[in-house]
Amino acid sequence: MKNKRALFAVPYVGWMALFVVAPIVMVVLYAFTAASGGFTLENFARIGGYAVVFTRSFQLALIATVICLLIGYPVAYMISREGPRFQRVAMMLVMLPMWMNFLLRTYSWMSILENTGLLNRFFSAIGLFSLINRLFGVQLEYFPMINTQGAVVLGMVYNYLPFMILPIYSVIEKLDSSLLEAARDLGANSLGVFRKVILPLSLPGVLSGVTMVFVPSVSTFAISKLLGGSNELLLGDLIEQYFVGTSYNPYLGSAVALVMMVIVVVCMAVMNRFGEGEEQAVML
Amino acid sequence: MSRKSRGFNRVLMALIFLFLYAPIFVLIVFSFNDSSSRTVWQGFTLRWYEELVRDRAITSALWTTLLVSLLATVIATAAGTMAAVGLFHMKKRWRRPLMTVNSIPMTNADIVTGVSLCLLFVAFFAGWADFARWINAVQGLVRLPVRLHMGFGTLLIAHITFNIPYVILNVSPKLRQMDKNLVDAAQDLGCTWLQAFRKVVLPEIKPGIVSGALIAFTMSVDDFVISYFTAGSGTSTLAMVVYGMTKRRISPKINAVSTLLFITVLALLVVVNVREARQEQLADQRKL
Repeated sequence: MKNKRALFAVPYVGWMALFVVAPIVMVVLYAFTAASGGFTLENFARIGGYAVVFTRSFQLALIATVICLLIGYPVAYMISREGPRFQRVAMMLVMLPMWMNFLLRTYSWMSILENTGLLNRFFSAIGLFSLINRLFGVQLEYFPMINTQGAVVLGMVYNYLPFMILPIYSVIEKLDSSLLEAARDLGANSLGVFRKVILPLSLPGVLSGVTMVFVPSVSTFAISKLLGGSNELLLGDLIEQYFVGTSYNPYLGSAVALVMMVIVVVCMAVMNRFGEGEEQAVML
Repeated sequence: MSRKSRGFNRVLMALIFLFLYAPIFVLIVFSFNDSSSRTVWQGFTLRWYEELVRDRAITSALWTTLLVSLLATVIATAAGTMAAVGLFHMKKRWRRPLMTVNSIPMTNADIVTGVSLCLLFVAFFAGWADFARWINAVQGLVRLPVRLHMGFGTLLIAHITFNIPYVILNVSPKLRQMDKNLVDAAQDLGCTWLQAFRKVVLPEIKPGIVSGALIAFTMSVDDFVISYFTAGSGTSTLAMVVYGMTKRRISPKINAVSTLLFITVLALLVVVNVREARQEQLADQRKL
């Protein structure tokens, strides 16, 4: 009888085999196939030429993830200390931006960061540039902010910060308050309670937050195009080029995607090692 | 917590929310700008909202986005709930690996999901063309279409695929938290299993289903990358129209349509939250 109910999962298993497992097998197959057909390793050899793009992508994603963690953890913690109504409204406000398409929000940053954009206009209006020019004897008319790596990192942090806040918040919010009381009764000050109880117990949330920020950051292609200009090519841009762009080559594109996937999986496995003994990373 | 540190915390939080909402605010303000400039304010107008209604590309993209999100959410919610029930009754030995596969679309990079589905569809269409040609050659009764294209169908399949895991993830914990004796009790009292499911299990796991559906819908509306690789050239979601425009220049009409969407969602969320808060208040009063 028990097994009969398990049959409810059969259609889903079929669907997943067809649309999750099979596509990934396709990527692996294509990565080892030459454009003329037949097995080859040449695609991987050609990836060596893109080492710069790989390091740049992983570097920027790492910086964005660390910044998200440094902002997201305190925010999640602070929200969880507030009253229930405040918590609900705050979490709603964290989720709400996701409802405006991320391309548009990123595009909006362009208007803010441009050389003649809102921020530079604001600085100019309050006389910041004339002040700097008088003080240092330079001819500064604007801060170059757009088309820099900093702008790309800002775009990543902006877009993925909610994905860091949500899982950390949901873990901290569920913490057993008697544990905190016990720690305090046993003589821990607030810093001690945080370091010895709250931080270790919220680690699963941190791990899934880090995953949910790092993976989209390392593979993004729209953010880098909008905020980074054309010279800050990232892995996502590379893959897009090979699948829809002018240099159509799904074989090479698959190889890039496969290598990226493997590196990410290895990173996650190493990271989860650190959190071993904890519950499996929880989402949302 | 001291009052001072709480005040400090609130200021910090306000700054973060300012950071999150500044671009949205800019976007909304410039949807009323009487010029197509993105940075210079030229006076108030509703021109973009009027032109929006007449813009076929945008209205049809909006329609596609809403339709695919809605369909994908409904199908994924039903399928995901069913799958969660099946997985719940499965032996651990089987459930473990399946849950790992289930988490692939959520943890895998969007671009890899999109690209891999794109490869699958293209390969399938190539195989289909051979098959259809062969069928058409050996008999004359039915003529199968030889050339298939990526379009709304493939877009929908992709959305369902990345939505199901979120539903399962939200329903499964509710199933585990449920008191198993409840189902037994219902069946002892004469319910068939299906009746017990409808009258006992479903109400218990309903919060999980609702939040799963909500997350699925959000993911669908917000998705750009996977749609971009699976929708083909004839079908466009709103995000794809925006992306196409960023290569040239974004029309403030797009600001207008996203402002409308944003306000709609905001209003819906406020209504839901106010209602929930009121119900909680009522429940509290009853307790007293």
